[in-house]
Amino acid sequence: MSRVIETKNLGIGYPDHPVGRGIEVAVSAGEVLCLLGPNGCGKTTLFKTMLGLLDPQEGEVWLDGAPLTSLPRNEVAKRIAYVPQAHTAHFPYRVIDMVLMGRTAHLGTFATPGSQDHERACQALEALGITDLAHAEYTRISGGQRQLSLIARALAQNTPTLVMDEPTASLDFGNQVLVLEQIMKLSGTGLSIVLSTHNPDHAFACANKVAILSDGRIAAHGSPAKVITPKRLRSIYGVDVSIEKLRDGQTVCAPTFAQ
Amino acid sequence: MDAKDATLNGRRVAAVPFIASLALLVALLALGAALVGAYPVPLGTLLRVLTGSDVADPTAQTILLQVRLPRVAAALVVGAALAGAGAVYQGLFRNPLVSPDILGVSTGAGLGAVLGIFLSLPLAFIQAFAFIGGLVTVGIVYLIASSVVGREPVLVLVLAGVVVGSLAGAMISLMKVLADPYDQLPAITFWLLGSLASTRPEDVLGVIPAVVVGLIPLVLMRWRINVLSLGDEEARALGVDAGRVRLVVVAAATLMTASVVAISGVIGWVGLVIPHIARMIVGPNFDRLLPSAMLLGAGYLLLVDTCARTMAQVETPLGILTAILGAPFFLWLLARGREGWN
Repeated sequence: MSRVIETKNLGIGYPDHPVGRGIEVAVSAGEVLCLLGPNGCGKTTLFKTMLGLLDPQEGEVWLDGAPLTSLPRNEVAKRIAYVPQAHTAHFPYRVIDMVLMGRTAHLGTFATPGSQDHERACQALEALGITDLAHAEYTRISGGQRQLSLIARALAQNTPTLVMDEPTASLDFGNQVLVLEQIMKLSGTGLSIVLSTHNPDHAFACANKVAILSDGRIAAHGSPAKVITPKRLRSIYGVDVSIEKLRDGQTVCAPTFAQ
Repeated sequence: MDAKDATLNGRRVAAVPFIASLALLVALLALGAALVGAYPVPLGTLLRVLTGSDVADPTAQTILLQVRLPRVAAALVVGAALAGAGAVYQGLFRNPLVSPDILGVSTGAGLGAVLGIFLSLPLAFIQAFAFIGGLVTVGIVYLIASSVVGREPVLVLVLAGVVVGSLAGAMISLMKVLADPYDQLPAITFWLLGSLASTRPEDVLGVIPAVVVGLIPLVLMRWRINVLSLGDEEARALGVDAGRVRLVVVAAATLMTASVVAISGVIGWVGLVIPHIARMIVGPNFDRLLPSAMLLGAGYLLLVDTCARTMAQVETPLGILTAILGAPFFLWLLARGREGWN
């Protein structure tokens, strides 16, 4: 199977502050890779390096069989879309304008979005069920709605691959489920997705591959059932966890609280 | 639209009718401003002069063509350029306290002009010095900022602008101390406060092409400027070469600002407050923000300049008036809450 993202002996971080090294991660077409790891382990740094927003300290990132460094910015943005953590914007753009910005890589330097781009943006809003928000100001909607808008923007970017940095962080329970459902739906349409999360349940729910980043190295890499074990969670997070299979076949992790 | 929608959507007006009516209003203001002054001119005479017909009153013709119309045109161009550059910079630096002066263009132009006055050069040289001073200062700031690697580029740019700007300010002060207190010092002070009182027709004709040349890339790249206002990282993830677009935008906005400051002197607050108002009315999309801010800036500066030359016997420098009007308004904006920015 063709690999949409592949890191080769990748060192991440900054010249005076290395964050990780020897990182080898591969994502095949149509796969959902979930990155787990404790706070500050370098998940966001790894994502930014995969996207070419940070330079690798060593090694290389390959996108679709081409080294990232050989691609101009707009070519990278046609292959891989980034969904940052839901943030507050500085200016109150309308949601539709935010989503339209996803079309930028497909526009000429001096072009503004045309009717086809509008159509794409509206389709993306519809796919995420937030058509009603099209004319709302991005600064006034809730965190969950912002996250969905950013996912819509990534869809409008029309790339085969999405990278999502903690798409469920800072969302309430309902919105977390909503976003996970969207990720499963998107994966069903053939998109490759890389996401990070703090919740191992989410990996069980939507990923077919899990990688654990700990102390700047990939500690484990493989199917969720193989990688997410009580022993490993204990060594990463320092807490005891029991992993249970529910009657409907779903797998969940439950902490065993110290009495 | 129900109440919830109205809150989410904010209050905004439809852009196209707003911009069209604003343009009409500014045109009417300009006609009105050309009529009033120490030598009032009837509308009929103005229209005859504008259409090139013969006029019975040669004094009125001379005043209109040599003094008043150039001054009206200068107010429009200077106001539009400052507000346009301010709108661009606020988006680029993602900061509501940013004005076109942030990278030191005005202080650099001031330094150039003061040097010209200090050397007792003719007016054309003073203007040329101001223009070059503005461009060189921003150029130095940009070079310093790009030689610093591994830090947030926008922050480094702003800090370099502040440092180089205050260095230029110190040199201005030095020349004020050394200048002839009866002849040069008043000229320096007057220049640094901004005025259109001595605008000549050739000043306006000289500055318009420079402003247009600066404006063209801003208009062409208006969508990329929107994307850049999300921040470097997001813009790059969306496929924009952030560093290159920023260079073009800074160069264009600097060209616009330096060329108008060269004929008007330093006029503060227009480039800070007007883009805010425009953003509150039409939203942050640069497509609409740029024309709205430029029209509002043109109309505002024309109004202020017309008041400056008609209200009192002695003309008040423009920079003082725009500060007196701008400062309380800006405080009101702050007190009102973060409308139009976050």
